[in-house]
Amino acid sequence: MYSELVMKHFSDPQNVGVIEDADGVGKVGNPMCGDVMEMFIKVKDERIDDVKFRTFGCGAAIATSSIATEMIKGKSLDEAVQLSNKAVADALGGLPAQKMHCSNLAADAVRAAIEDYWSRQKGAKDEAVQPEG
Amino acid sequence: MEQRSVIYLDHAATTPVHPQVVEAMLPYFSERYGNASSLHTLGREAHQALEQARADVAGILNCSPVEIVFTSCGTESDNLALRGAAWMNRQRGDHIITSSIEHHAVGHTCEQLERNFGFEVTYLPVDEHGLVDPAAVERAIAGTTVLISIMYANNEVGTIEPIAEIGEIARNHGIAFHTDAVQAAGALSLDVQELNVDLLTLSAHKFYGPKGVGVLYVREGLEILPVLTGGGHERGLRSGTENVAGIVGLAAALKLAEERREEESQRLRALRNRLVGGVLSSVGHCRLLGHPDSRLPNNASIAFEYVEGEGILIGMDLEGIAASSGSACSTGSSEPSHVVTAMGVPPDVARGSLRMTLGHENTEEDVDRVLEVLPGIVGRLRAMSPLYPG
Repeated sequence: MYSELVMKHFSDPQNVGVIEDADGVGKVGNPMCGDVMEMFIKVKDERIDDVKFRTFGCGAAIATSSIATEMIKGKSLDEAVQLSNKAVADALGGLPAQKMHCSNLAADAVRAAIEDYWSRQKGAKDEAVQPEG
Repeated sequence: MEQRSVIYLDHAATTPVHPQVVEAMLPYFSERYGNASSLHTLGREAHQALEQARADVAGILNCSPVEIVFTSCGTESDNLALRGAAWMNRQRGDHIITSSIEHHAVGHTCEQLERNFGFEVTYLPVDEHGLVDPAAVERAIAGTTVLISIMYANNEVGTIEPIAEIGEIARNHGIAFHTDAVQAAGALSLDVQELNVDLLTLSAHKFYGPKGVGVLYVREGLEILPVLTGGGHERGLRSGTENVAGIVGLAAALKLAEERREEESQRLRALRNRLVGGVLSSVGHCRLLGHPDSRLPNNASIAFEYVEGEGILIGMDLEGIAASSGSACSTGSSEPSHVVTAMGVPPDVARGSLRMTLGHENTEEDVDRVLEVLPGIVGRLRAMSPLYPG
């Protein structure tokens, strides 16, 4: 039921792990009723310099996480934030219908990580403007 | 012996048809193809085979041949038992008692009887091991109760229910009692007198027989309404031309399963204990699901924390091992197994469940191969899991 590419990313997932000093972290999902994905990014010159993930979920969840990291690595933040769950599924050669909803959260995790980075940047800027805050 | 490419550990899902069973069935496809209702020689041959199969099955169930109804599968037998008894007794009462861990063939049929036919259904809880409490069955009985249906052994976790005890309670209250014995054949006694049951479901493909044929035992004197109406086959309880080849296969398979039942159960229990013991001692954060003792001899159901069952299944499949999971992801539903959650296992742990069910062709080498690869598969998934504390 899974494409060869899904099986490849499940068997040999890319960019698994944690970035301890990440610039942005995105965590989506809920273990009680769905999958959980964690995405860590390092940003350099407004580009994704490095990315790692951890996922609790089925084969599709692991494969979508893995390919999503490959799709955004080196991309500008503005490009990476546009990544859609559908684009991730398409890149894998499609997913079984019942997996489209529950296990296709990788783009959401990417977006959450980038938004986390932006909100940290904003916080730092606000602090710089109002040091006496 | 031909080389097996797969280690098959999914016998609760289905089993390979025994070569002797295939042999018994073969003449009934193209040589003795008569309709068992026809008067001519070919018809009589088919009829004779059908009645011999009925007598053989009745012998094993310790009942009379007229009490054996052949159906197309376990699901049909469950449907006939539940709908048949409920509809027939609608004037007398509208209450059904069942458990919260039944196969969907019973569970979803009860839900439909509730939703569309105005019945009221009590779904009894189970304890942490998946056991139904007979005292709870008795407490649930009302003046309007017309049917009790509790499975003999659970398909996911293998827990064996106290059927004889529940049957006695049902009998004392004059209520029809059905049991889905689909998982029990070949492992447990099917003596309907000892079990105190009025209706009992079997499915051939679970005991090395063919798919597409089942049995419903219906105690003489118990009136049920047919679900399939037509030419009045099977004492009018199941119309439709009999699947003679399939029925011959079912009877042959049941005889073989019964002959080797005790010896094979002992062998499988030893293999299963080696498997469960090996997994529990080599993989941390996991637990055996179901009852520690009162369980089917071939069932090893284990929940692994911090991982999803489907990942384990794919990992095993890549190693040439076929197993199953109660995990939602592998079944395409959005909820984890109703059986495992009914036992009080938290949903996130239930999602890491793995069911390995051993069978006739499995050996100690198969078990050792699983023990060789499973810790690595779980370990790899845990290393990827944000939930794993490390």
